[in-house]
Amino acid sequence: MEANQPHTPPAAAEGLVSVSGLTRQFPVGRSLFRRATSFIHAVDDVSFQLNAGDSLGLVGESGCGKTTVGKLLVKLLEPTSGRITYRLPGLDGAAGQENAPLEASAIIGRQLRTFRRQVQMIFQDPYESMNPRRTIYDTIAEPLAVQGMGTVLDRVDMVSEILMLVGLTPPATFLFRHPHELSGGQRQRVAIARALVVEPAFVVADEPTSMLDVSSRTGIMNLMQQLAHGLGIAYLYVTHDLAVARYMCHRIAVMYLGKIVELAETEELLRNPLHPYTRALLSAVPVPNPEYRREPPSIVGDLTAPIDPPERCRFFDRCPLATHYCRDNPHPAFEEKAPGHWVACYEV
Amino acid sequence: MTASAAVPVLRVVDLSLRYLTRGGEVKAVQDVNFELAQGEALGLVGESGCGKTSVANCLMRLLPDNAQLVAGQVFLDGQDILPLSEDQIREYRWQRIAMVFQAAMNALDPVYKVGQQVVEAIEAHGVEPTLSLARERVAGLFRMVGLDPALMDRYPHEFSGGMRQRAVIAMALACDPRVIIADEPTTALDVIVQDRILRELKGIQQRLHMAIIYISHDIAVVAEVTDRIGVMYAGRLVEYGPTAAVFRAPLHPYTAALMGSFPSIAGEKRVLANLSGEPPNLIDPPSGCPFHPRCLHATDVCRQEIPPRVERGDQWADCWHPLEAAPALEPADNGGT
Repeated sequence: MEANQPHTPPAAAEGLVSVSGLTRQFPVGRSLFRRATSFIHAVDDVSFQLNAGDSLGLVGESGCGKTTVGKLLVKLLEPTSGRITYRLPGLDGAAGQENAPLEASAIIGRQLRTFRRQVQMIFQDPYESMNPRRTIYDTIAEPLAVQGMGTVLDRVDMVSEILMLVGLTPPATFLFRHPHELSGGQRQRVAIARALVVEPAFVVADEPTSMLDVSSRTGIMNLMQQLAHGLGIAYLYVTHDLAVARYMCHRIAVMYLGKIVELAETEELLRNPLHPYTRALLSAVPVPNPEYRREPPSIVGDLTAPIDPPERCRFFDRCPLATHYCRDNPHPAFEEKAPGHWVACYEV
Repeated sequence: MTASAAVPVLRVVDLSLRYLTRGGEVKAVQDVNFELAQGEALGLVGESGCGKTSVANCLMRLLPDNAQLVAGQVFLDGQDILPLSEDQIREYRWQRIAMVFQAAMNALDPVYKVGQQVVEAIEAHGVEPTLSLARERVAGLFRMVGLDPALMDRYPHEFSGGMRQRAVIAMALACDPRVIIADEPTTALDVIVQDRILRELKGIQQRLHMAIIYISHDIAVVAEVTDRIGVMYAGRLVEYGPTAAVFRAPLHPYTAALMGSFPSIAGEKRVLANLSGEPPNLIDPPSGCPFHPRCLHATDVCRQEIPPRVERGDQWADCWHPLEAAPALEPADNGGT
């Protein structure tokens, strides 16, 4: 996973999940009698790739489009344009060709059910992502029933086994409890169990620790890593917290107003941030060491919404490096400035 | 560190508070003691339900009906405010001690203009004799917190999250308080906005020489903006001392666990400590040291008896087996970003 894997460009059509030119717009101000004339460019021309067992952190401020990318990848939303292709077990593209990439838009009918098994999502809020009337067993066994995995009797064992894996032991004491009887950390463990019980190949985790206390947060972070590593699951970890992303992910992609502006291996990104937005973001993160001195981030203005944004670089208005060239040209291309280190900026 | 010999503007002595609930008495705050000097910044940290917001509510005398003060005194400029009547407390609240609330959206009334709400606070306390002077004062406050005074006549929904938080800070500053309590002032904000607001709050605090209490679960924020830190666990203050000393060498195993479980983008990547278990139920807290069920160093004496206070310089902790001075945290490299 770490060393010898070549870093293929994000647009190459291989890997477990490949995203190229992914775009999603939401209409603003549409009403019954009026077509929308403006659009929020929530995700705009995003490309990246994830290999089996890989982990990518998608980091950015609220409204940058990171959750939308997550939802697009699990097909909770359809893209406006662009391609997502998957190479998932049991899902073959061209007929007869084993492990050929399959386009997201072509996944329908019976294949969609297989897709829903192979690709799972863990949501932010464990208080809202579970039905309060159903027991923990019901919650975790439901995807097994939908996928037709195991007999009814087998499922008790399967659920017990996954509860052990996520650290809810002894399982017998948790099986028939309801969500309100569990703490936030325990509920998030149930959410992880529900996602992993069907043995997916790819998981999107949307801020799974942001609602938790420090101590349960570490437990959940360590658990997710161990399980993903042990079961060979690739994941996209959506978070606003760079420090958490550092611990969870091999690579980090930084998003700003719908665009990925920088993508690199985690330590490389932290040590050698190239994009001025990444630099600003990094210098704004508080450090739990009173002797550490940070420089204030060199960034002006406030975050806006990308409603019909101009062609030029999205970061232009706030950028400390912006030039006339940046003003007069379209958004910079996403280029590999160093091996495996991708940046969208004219000035670096 | 700021002058610790100065006369404390705030002194909390043996404060204990419980909530009467159907399930029983929740011992939310137990035997909390600390002092705050003029111009000093204190951070109160701990997990949800450890009592940090309850302490703040005691200091503001903003307690729900089912809260019961068991014991203790809160001296503000030498006056114990706990026995004061509701009329008398009004002279202290907002004028001597003010609070920046956690959810800025809920602290502002959506149907009134933001400036008007601050003007009302000023008028209610008779700080300025006329309306035009009050408005002028609000304009000054807006400028101080980095808001355009032209925004005074806007409504809260027209403000972004960061702007609302600034408006709530302006409101807290309206009557020139000596002490400000900031309860998770930046928790809902993005890091860049958080950074700006913390820098501004720190600047204002130093310029006006106010005392401030930051309440936060985010020890990184507290590390950066405070002179002293108090770590709370299960309603008790378990460790207290100068922020730098506590971070360099925590005495209490809970403090060390809290710090060790916090990820950082600076310094070497280290293994995050896993603090197993859950905070105790405060209706029936554990005997002896409240942390013993989760503590790696716990022995029989911890289970049976309340731990003694150990001191190291200005730093203290309540623990039977305090940690050695060897640094529990790798010193982060200080080369900047």
